[in-house]
Amino acid sequence: MSGVTTVVLAGVGGQGTILAGDVLAKVAMADGHDVRLSEVHGMAQRGGSVITFVRFGDEVHAPVVDPGTADHLIAFEMIEAARQLPLLKRDGRLVVNQRVVLPLPVLVGAARVPDDLEAALAREGAIFVDAEALACEAGSSKSANIVLLGAASAGLPLSEESWAEVIASRVPPATVEANLRAFELGRAACLKGACR
Amino acid sequence: MARTLFSGNEAVARGAWEAGVAVGVGYPGTPSTEVLENLVRYEGVRCEWAPNEKVAAEVAAGVSLAGGRVIVTMKHVGLNVAADPLFTLAYTGVGGGYVLFVADDPGMHSSQNEQDSRRYAVAAKVPMLEPADPAEALAMTRAAFEISEEFDVPVLVRSTTRVSHSKGVVEVDGARAQVQPQPYIKDPAKWVMVPANARRRRIDLEERLVRLAEHAELSGLNRVELRDRSLGVIVDGAAYRAVREALPDASVLKIGMVHPFPRDLVRAFAAEVESVAVVEELGPFVRDLVVQAGVAVREVPLPAWGEVTPAVVRAAFGVLPLEVRKVREGVPERPPLMCPGCPHRGVFWALKRTKAVVTGDIGCYTLGAAPPLAAMDSCICMGASVGMAHGASLVERERPVIGVIGDSTFAHSGITGLVHMAYNGSHGTIVVLDNRTTAMTGHQGNPISGVTLSGEHTSELDLEALARACGAGWVRTVDPFDLATTLAALKEAIAAPTLAVLIAKAPCALLEKRVKDPVAVDDDVCTACGSCIQLGCPAISKADSGNAQIDVTICVGCGQCEQVCRFGAIVPAGPACDLGGSAR
Ligand code: SF4
Ligand code: SF4
Repeated sequence: MSGVTTVVLAGVGGQGTILAGDVLAKVAMADGHDVRLSEVHGMAQRGGSVITFVRFGDEVHAPVVDPGTADHLIAFEMIEAARQLPLLKRDGRLVVNQRVVLPLPVLVGAARVPDDLEAALAREGAIFVDAEALACEAGSSKSANIVLLGAASAGLPLSEESWAEVIASRVPPATVEANLRAFELGRAACLKGACR
Repeated sequence: MARTLFSGNEAVARGAWEAGVAVGVGYPGTPSTEVLENLVRYEGVRCEWAPNEKVAAEVAAGVSLAGGRVIVTMKHVGLNVAADPLFTLAYTGVGGGYVLFVADDPGMHSSQNEQDSRRYAVAAKVPMLEPADPAEALAMTRAAFEISEEFDVPVLVRSTTRVSHSKGVVEVDGARAQVQPQPYIKDPAKWVMVPANARRRRIDLEERLVRLAEHAELSGLNRVELRDRSLGVIVDGAAYRAVREALPDASVLKIGMVHPFPRDLVRAFAAEVESVAVVEELGPFVRDLVVQAGVAVREVPLPAWGEVTPAVVRAAFGVLPLEVRKVREGVPERPPLMCPGCPHRGVFWALKRTKAVVTGDIGCYTLGAAPPLAAMDSCICMGASVGMAHGASLVERERPVIGVIGDSTFAHSGITGLVHMAYNGSHGTIVVLDNRTTAMTGHQGNPISGVTLSGEHTSELDLEALARACGAGWVRTVDPFDLATTLAALKEAIAAPTLAVLIAKAPCALLEKRVKDPVAVDDDVCTACGSCIQLGCPAISKADSGNAQIDVTICVGCGQCEQVCRFGAIVPAGPACDLGGSAR
């Protein structure tokens, strides 16, 4: 469908993907778009894979995303980036937090993380961000999700003012400054091409 | 008009409030839970968690009898529990409007089965509305109250995960209907369902269904959208959005009131288009009704399970598949797991050491069935652990049998199982995992934690006294973070010549974030035995050296692994740095 932007946020339960998806959807709404967001919670919150779909444009129908249709994949972790890659369009934009959160089968030695994971993602055109490091630089280790939104925002057709407004309204009051800085650091990193 | 981004559940809450609902009552269950959690925030509505869905439906019946509008909420499996009052409420009809909101879970994102609540509407002979998105969820919830009062019948509103947990832009007009409660009128012929009265109401019920069927044809809840006439798709619920996405040019008959079924409208629609196909989740339900209406259906290959997404529709109608990138091979699965510092972990560690058959239940502790703990052998439905433990113990001679159940689930339907065990002279063992909350669905209060839906503290059910009152002769409470004591108590409970109830009491790790200093592995002492890894704590993994290693950003210092290590290799690590840690 023309005029609709489709974004997938993929991560691990507890990483703040749901908040990030909510912020993104509200920014799109503030910019006057029709918006649909879909997330699955329940068991997924307990350290399992979590995935949120956000779609915006003139008129959006389905709240879910088909394989091969996402314009953007924002991955909070490299294994999830690889897992959700089939959702991304051939020419879609892939923003990946340069970090691995080990799943239980790996922790107990029943499975392995592929050695060439990062290289494989790089071949798929991944834009890497070290979100935790930038979050610490911004002053709150918990704002890595907002760093990633900042990095993704560099490629999204949404206005800068709406981002700041919505972030300020959605994060705990004491952390507004740090989160706004986190967003800026993530965005600047990508605009400058500093995210590898 | 305010534009708001609402989830389906937020929209249902809003719709109920706008309809002037006096009371909301339900039992938490994903994906239905947020309806009441949002409704409770509005002025003038009393909201309650019930111990189970049957109680909720009965409380709602009382509200309705006394003339108030009421909404009762649950997930699909909960409707099984509430089915008993519902079927007879269809006979009595209502006083104030009675809306039962039920959320199905096609694809089983967080459920033990995939059941189709549309069949309950038919079986109970009550109307059912099916919104496709949040905006409709608001409008149809309001409409449901009108139908309930106009036709004197409880009304089901059915949602699915993709309606309840998706968000969309909703226009909110802000007005709350000023409904005065109907005065209470004593009317035993309506409300006392003894056979003589029930037989009369049975006939009324059938007449109501005829009038409701007329309403289904004309009310506008079902909508014809004519576009390209070569294909007409009949679709209900969330599948509508998938059809619009995948087949934007097709004509559509969108079914919003699925029972009674609008047969004439279906025939009229069929006459407008060249061919008719049906798209639905968990079918064939609508498809069979369309065929019964005498309309020829073009069969398309839809799966009988799972969600209908645009991709499913594309595949069914032979629309060209899209080009798709490949997943990197060998990407490990990521199943959900118990949180670091979860109090249940210690109990499952101990249970594994008893070599017992462990019948389990629904909640976070269901994760105890997964490796490496793998200390739970069954999970069927709320409360089943208790009855199954008794049943299994009647035939299992080799190993002890232990039923394991959470606090909320025990209040939901474990108590009656325990009463059964005592009554029938069982010497079995039940372990109540009392983590002071209903953790799985997002930390709702319950009768055992003693916190109400509006956040007030109320009387806490005394589990020890209750167990004794039920007839348990051995009752004890332990701290599950003390592994040795927990294991010893379990062994004692198994050996006790009486019904035994062990209560493992400690708050959920997410409820009380008591983060202590993390622990670390002393590499010189670690023998690489792997015992601590078998706890399944997400902070502990195997280093390349073979030794264990602990991620300080994940560890919350609960101390369980220290107790498991026989060599004393796990030691305090000092305060964690503020780097990372965002995975928790
Ligand atoms: S939410 Fe609470 S009960 Fe559930 S796994 Fe986490 S710590 Fe355990
Ligand atoms: S590493 Fe040990 S102390 Fe830390 S959370 Fe896991 S079990 Fe508890």
